[in-house]
Amino acid sequence: MTTARLRSVYPGPGGFDPRQLRREFPIFANNPGLVFLDSGASAQKPASVIDRVADYYRADYANVHRGVYRLSARSTELFEEAREKVRRFLNAADPHEIVFVRNATEAINLVAQSWGPASLKPGDEVLISVLEHHSNIVPWQLLRDRIGIRLVVAPLDATGGLDLAGFEARLSSRTRLVAITHVANATGALVPVETVIRLARRQGAKVLLDGSQAAPRLPVDVQAMGCDFYAFTGHKVYGPTGIGVLYGRYDLLATMPPWQGGGDMILNVTFEKTKFQDPPHRFEAGTPDISGAIGLGAAIDFIEALGRDNILEHEEALTGYGVDRLSRIPGLQLLGAGQRRLGILSFDLEGVHPHDLAQVLDEHHVAVRAGHHCAQPLLESLGHPATTRASLGVYNDERDIDRLAEAIEAAREMFRR
Amino acid sequence: MIDLRELYQDIILDHGRHPRNFRKIDQPTHFAHGYNPLCGDRVTVYLSLDGNRIADAAFQGRGCAISTAAASLMTEVLKGKTVEEARALFSQFHARVTGGEAATLPEPLAEEAERLEPLTGVKAYPARVKCATLSWHALEAALKGDGTGATVKTE
Repeated sequence: MTTARLRSVYPGPGGFDPRQLRREFPIFANNPGLVFLDSGASAQKPASVIDRVADYYRADYANVHRGVYRLSARSTELFEEAREKVRRFLNAADPHEIVFVRNATEAINLVAQSWGPASLKPGDEVLISVLEHHSNIVPWQLLRDRIGIRLVVAPLDATGGLDLAGFEARLSSRTRLVAITHVANATGALVPVETVIRLARRQGAKVLLDGSQAAPRLPVDVQAMGCDFYAFTGHKVYGPTGIGVLYGRYDLLATMPPWQGGGDMILNVTFEKTKFQDPPHRFEAGTPDISGAIGLGAAIDFIEALGRDNILEHEEALTGYGVDRLSRIPGLQLLGAGQRRLGILSFDLEGVHPHDLAQVLDEHHVAVRAGHHCAQPLLESLGHPATTRASLGVYNDERDIDRLAEAIEAAREMFRR
Repeated sequence: MIDLRELYQDIILDHGRHPRNFRKIDQPTHFAHGYNPLCGDRVTVYLSLDGNRIADAAFQGRGCAISTAAASLMTEVLKGKTVEEARALFSQFHARVTGGEAATLPEPLAEEAERLEPLTGVKAYPARVKCATLSWHALEAALKGDGTGATVKTE
């Protein structure tokens, strides 16, 4: 599917029609009646992405950065073209700032394991927040236990958003890195990253943003934001699984040692000494997920054809509709997400455990996630060890929210008495 | 909705809402914690053994309707059983909910095992089997343990 075709099918100001757009996603034709509200866990794939991966294997496949033959050169070109698409997607200054990894988790671990030991000494502080996914907590704990840094946690405010005053109070000259989510995966809380980055900068701290939930939902401009690292995963932006991205400012990446050794990341190897490649290849040991990167490139084409402002407008409107609709259900409590919530509705229904609720919703063909959403500290601090989470994608519309609400009502009925 | 009613039979909904033996035993001879890291459900199973016989069984914790009902029904059938009988009941129950080959139990015990029948609806929902077996895994850990309260995970 070309950009031109997508524009011709879903034209017009104010964006696109999600119900029409669903035709581009084969999962819906294969699962009639499916109400998919779990894009926060992983988004469905448009045919253009699925076909691109299959076509690549059929027509263009060979290993990259190795062969002198034409096919290998073409494969390399497609792989590096995908990197350029990611650069554009984040508005990075240079494609060499784009490191392909497996997912956002691996991106954060790369920073923790490469930048961490090279740049931090015992007593230095890494500042995270209560909003984090486990993948932005555990790598820092591992680093703490390894080299003796301190892990500091910024609190929530009363509304469930980041407490900016509390955040600022925990920043000091000892803070070397602020690692914080852009949009919280468990509640949809949008973090005011511009302010966070400005405050961090003032203390000379570097900033890593976990963009797993933000990248699919809003325009991201790493240069305008001024962050040092940005992590996101392909499968949440309508791309394949197994491919993710670490953006790092080039001057920073250039100072960082390799974190895995192998082929493709070296310039010259003798048994005495090995000279490493420059970024990004220094961080991409071994044969990469070539088809994943090319599929991610196709997903970015898809997103850009829809228009990222249009997607943001869609997500905001539908989130607002969802908040209104769900708030009218007796006994339902939406988890606080602070000043602004984007694309995610996390809730608790009185008297019905989230797993039982999700089970009933599944019977109504409504797919949601139940549990702690890999954000146990956040949910515990909000007083709900587990919730039910509906997360939105470009193919969802108000009818999906209505179906969700109707199914919740049915569950209430079933567990009443 | 017929399928779902197989899973959530009235007896499950009842025990889920009004669990029996939902309390702490003050001086248990055996106890253990069960934890399902997938959903965060927690259960603590308390036993009071008189020789080889379970004089009292109780539990506390938080969980879904299935895991709460399973723990509630478990404590009911355990009372008065020997340790060997309790293990035989678990082994047979486990086989029934996972679709394995269930051993034939001797008559009085077989009747008790029938009381767990409503829980076997989880068979059709692989993701929920652990909800039904969490308290039983905790029971097993309690019987095996030294009385200091081990934690057993379903994963």
